[in-house]
Amino acid sequence: MLTGQPVSITAPPPELRRRLRFGEKLIESVIFIAGILAIIVLLGIIVILLKDGLPIFAHTSPWQFLFGTKWYPISDPPSFGIAPFMVSTLMITLIATAIAVPVGVACAAYLSEVAPRKVSETAKPIIEILAGIPSVMMGFVGLALLSPLVQSAFRLNTGLCGLTAAIMLSLMSLPIIVSVSEDALHAVPREFKEASYALGATKWETIWHVCIPSALSGIAAAIMLGVGRAIGETMTVLMVAGGALAMPVSPVDPMTTMTAVIASSIGNAIRGGLQYQALFAVGLILFILTLAVNIIAERVLERQKRKFAR
Amino acid sequence: MFYKNSMYSAMKKSQGKWSILTLLLLALLLVTAGCGGASKATPEPTATVTESVLSGSFKIIGSNTVTPLSSVWAENFMKMHPKVSIAVSGPGTGVGIASLIDGTTDICQASRLITAKEIEQAQAKGVNPYEIQIASDALSVIVHPSNPVSELTIEQLSAIYTGKITNWKEVGGNDAAIVVLSRDTNSGTHAFFKEHVVQMQGLPTADKGLEYGGKVLMLPSTEEGVSQVAGNANAIFYAGLGYVNDKVKTIAIKKTATDPAVKPSVATTLDGTYPIARPLLFYTNGAPTGVIKAFIDYCLSEEGQKVVLEAGFIPVGK
Repeated sequence: MLTGQPVSITAPPPELRRRLRFGEKLIESVIFIAGILAIIVLLGIIVILLKDGLPIFAHTSPWQFLFGTKWYPISDPPSFGIAPFMVSTLMITLIATAIAVPVGVACAAYLSEVAPRKVSETAKPIIEILAGIPSVMMGFVGLALLSPLVQSAFRLNTGLCGLTAAIMLSLMSLPIIVSVSEDALHAVPREFKEASYALGATKWETIWHVCIPSALSGIAAAIMLGVGRAIGETMTVLMVAGGALAMPVSPVDPMTTMTAVIASSIGNAIRGGLQYQALFAVGLILFILTLAVNIIAERVLERQKRKFAR
Repeated sequence: MFYKNSMYSAMKKSQGKWSILTLLLLALLLVTAGCGGASKATPEPTATVTESVLSGSFKIIGSNTVTPLSSVWAENFMKMHPKVSIAVSGPGTGVGIASLIDGTTDICQASRLITAKEIEQAQAKGVNPYEIQIASDALSVIVHPSNPVSELTIEQLSAIYTGKITNWKEVGGNDAAIVVLSRDTNSGTHAFFKEHVVQMQGLPTADKGLEYGGKVLMLPSTEEGVSQVAGNANAIFYAGLGYVNDKVKTIAIKKTATDPAVKPSVATTLDGTYPIARPLLFYTNGAPTGVIKAFIDYCLSEEGQKVVLEAGFIPVGK
């Protein structure tokens, strides 16, 4: 068909063939547009972030902006230093990941290798429903249940702190980590496990030395998705992290993340004003940060794939 | 991108889940269908009863402090005029003024005066902010009921909020660190408190260079701050009088160390003795007309000002 030569003996008449080809072209172009739409949207976002964010560097030098510790957007003259927000974001994300990854992978290994079929088939959909809980509700849970607990457990002045936010975020990224790494573990070929058992390995040795290493690329993907959720999450962090503007010294200090500062001050920023530009620049840096995480993840996955290529 | 396959297999694996989901969806559909029928039936009789000709819809955006008041006004007004619909939201005065300038709201509710800079920005976009005072508010400083401190000077409050005083014993309380709570920068209360308390405007000790300290917790809503104070023996927060409940204690404020301590109340605000009272305002683009004018006339009427008292604010003096 594509070469224009008749494929069958009873080739369609030329009129019908032309019409068929036109239809095919149309569908092809629709699919092409759908395919590049995501790229167009992404480029649009980058352009807007650059256009609205970069002008702030005429007011505050990039060095001052990134490493300054004073954020007073509505003062006269205003000052924009986002170092405390970057430190808070990194701190909360790291702690959330450190909690969610071991628990999530262990849960996935249990569901995939240890639990009876009935248990894993009931438990997994329930865990996936957990992923659909709106972040505002997680914020309420953090405010009402977790923050008094953290406050009394660590004898703090207030339970609204980075640690509370990190624990809530780890709960929120857990379902993604469990679900995706369980799929990866499930996809490990049976022969691998059978070979391991045949050599006399116990269940634990099989999971630790055979299943997890062969599913590592999938597990790494799961972890990156979890990290992505933790970096980008806004509402829960805004509600429970405390919102102090000072540079956090320990995880139990109240703090403001980059997402929270955008959410809490974009509303009263006049379009095109200095504060508006500064917040877009924060968004730009957040974007670069998540892009870096994704690129690193892609690299890790690539290496894993080559290692296991047969 | 790299999890597409695993997601797909997850979908294929758990077909049982989908049948449950379908059932749930069906149930939801049935419920909403029932509701739809019911709500469609109710407006008809009420529409025939009233003789109101007013119709239209408009938005009120702005101060979190004014929200409890304007939502009661809006509800009452919509009951009187069923063809009018009013949407009230209270993300903060700053948001309201920004929305008025950007033309995305009809009325901006504010708990502080519009600044000269904001008027300039509005005029640059062809918007003329028109100011109407609708009530007054006593900005109350609140602590936990168990806190022995019952009065503070404005200078002490400023020192607490800038981080110079960090322990309750420095102001005559227990030996415990002060947990200082504030609203975020969206809030008109944040801006008013900064000018009149943190920077001590109008006092001999006034200093325009003072800012909220870095340890101050910036909260996204007033409700959250009040509930934090109710649950934390060492917290301090400021809120409109309308938000004060019996789970928290208000602090009597002294203008200077030699002045008498005054508790926030309707009476002390009306006679002008409470030092941190402020106007609550509506801003519109130009003088209001039509249905918006009718609404504001209702707010300022005797009946409307009764609502002000019930909501815990102070009516506009005649």
